[in-house]
Amino acid sequence: MAKTGGILSFFVSLYRDGFRNMTWGKPLVWLIVLKLIILFAILRVFFFKPAMRGLTDEEKSAVVGERLTQPPHNPDTLKLITE
Amino acid sequence: MDVVIWSRIQFAMTAAYHWLFVPLTLGLALVMAVMETLYVVKKDEFWKKAAQFWIKLFAINFAVGIATGIILEFEFGTNWSNYSWFVGDMFGAPLAIEGILAFFMEATFFAVMFFGWNKVSPKFHLASTWLTGIGATISAYWILVANGWMQNPVGTTFNPDTVRSEMASAAAFWEVITNPVAVSKFCHSVTSGWVTGGIFVVGVSAWYLLKNRHVEFAKKSMLIGAIVGLVGSGAVMLSGDSSGVHAAEFQPMKLAAAEGLEDGGNGAAFTIVPGIKIPKMLSILATHDINGFVPGINDILNGYTDNDGNEVPSVAEKMAMGREALEALAVYRTTDDDFVKDDARSILMDNEKYMGYGHLEKPEDVIPPVGVVFWAFRFMIGLGMLIALVLLLSLIAIWKDKLGSWKWLLWATIICIPLVYICGQSGWVVAEVGRQPWTIQGLLPVNVAISSLSAGAVKTTFFVFLAVFALFLAIEIRIMIRAIGKGPEVEPSENI
Repeated sequence: MAKTGGILSFFVSLYRDGFRNMTWGKPLVWLIVLKLIILFAILRVFFFKPAMRGLTDEEKSAVVGERLTQPPHNPDTLKLITE
Repeated sequence: MDVVIWSRIQFAMTAAYHWLFVPLTLGLALVMAVMETLYVVKKDEFWKKAAQFWIKLFAINFAVGIATGIILEFEFGTNWSNYSWFVGDMFGAPLAIEGILAFFMEATFFAVMFFGWNKVSPKFHLASTWLTGIGATISAYWILVANGWMQNPVGTTFNPDTVRSEMASAAAFWEVITNPVAVSKFCHSVTSGWVTGGIFVVGVSAWYLLKNRHVEFAKKSMLIGAIVGLVGSGAVMLSGDSSGVHAAEFQPMKLAAAEGLEDGGNGAAFTIVPGIKIPKMLSILATHDINGFVPGINDILNGYTDNDGNEVPSVAEKMAMGREALEALAVYRTTDDDFVKDDARSILMDNEKYMGYGHLEKPEDVIPPVGVVFWAFRFMIGLGMLIALVLLLSLIAIWKDKLGSWKWLLWATIICIPLVYICGQSGWVVAEVGRQPWTIQGLLPVNVAISSLSAGAVKTTFFVFLAVFALFLAIEIRIMIRAIGKGPEVEPSENI
């Protein structure tokens, strides 16, 4: 447990001191932050809503199943199956 | 243009943009790890400074490239929801492993590599640098497992209850992750990244030599870059060979399109450019047999006998079997009669392999855009060989101490930096355009994989992406050029 705590505090200080003493890396961090904001707060929220959001798994299966079976198919096959 | 075309263009642009950053990440990771190893082994501070400089350029590339892959996942859910559902069970495991691995390795070893110069021992730091590169490489493996499955869907069975391709067992998972297409694609992609990293280091070093700056640093960096690049080139050729054999076996139409081969045959010739052919070479490359049969576009359309003596049905026959499968699926999903359900399931399973063909309107729909694939293939091979030659000449120039007098070579290495990107992108055009119309080979064509969206919605996001991508790319190039302009000895070596 003490060892885990030691590793954790090592990484905390690694990040803290690392960001604090940054020189040329600072603009890169801001670039990453800006990009993540654009990606997750703008593009994801306003432009990329999952098409089947809110549907249950059964409903998703039904939607995709319906699409897969949409084209008109050979009526002879249907006869073959149902006979 | 309809929604399918716009969605494909958008996905292609995002993937191509993502692939601008990945190969340099993989290649520079190897270069900087080798340099830092030299520092730790030789205890020479020069190699520490050299490694730190290339780590700096690695960081710039990484910062702009980070999360560009996530946009592809956004597009899966929004534009390709039918496909996402269809592959969800199969893609879940590799992509989850990739995500977790990328996060943990990057959050730990990356941090040590960037922030840990004064905090950990040189050996621990070296291990972190190697593990950063290894983590990125393993990450690429899982992505290419997913991509390889789309090119050659092994290990899964279509479940008509869930309407998904599913892995039924651990053995199936093993089959998916050892898919020969995924393995050769991984080797080809990663080693092409080594070529990218190698020529990038050689080109940047050449620029310093032309400016007569940081001469010792440039010469030694050039040596490492040229070795990494050449090893990569050799490995790209070997893995390219196995990619060709796999294309002949699993995606013969892609190979026929890449060769512009209308009518195939035994002892087929390889076309260098239209009108110039090497007799028998295509058969050797595709089958490792001088008289091996390579099917052309017409053979695939009309049916043929493969090299193992198996009869490959015509596309029209596959369409008929595909329609039987889809009809059986429709019956299975609507009937309450258990007897009928069992029969439908049985018919579906018998024809599952050709299910996607049932969606085609005419046999010619299986032909990808031949001109695009044909020329992309030639760009990839031609530029790859040119870059390998330039790398070899760079090594000779270093060995004979001719770098000062062979200025043309220094310029050639700089010109090769944009060319290596065109080469890599061309490779992906061959791989992805060459497998049209399939999202998943033989199972799901692109027009069925798409969500119910308006073309206008996709167009809007396409142009938003174009603007955002262009902005970030311009920022990266500007920061990268400034960092290269400053050179290896300007910044304090201990801080990033």
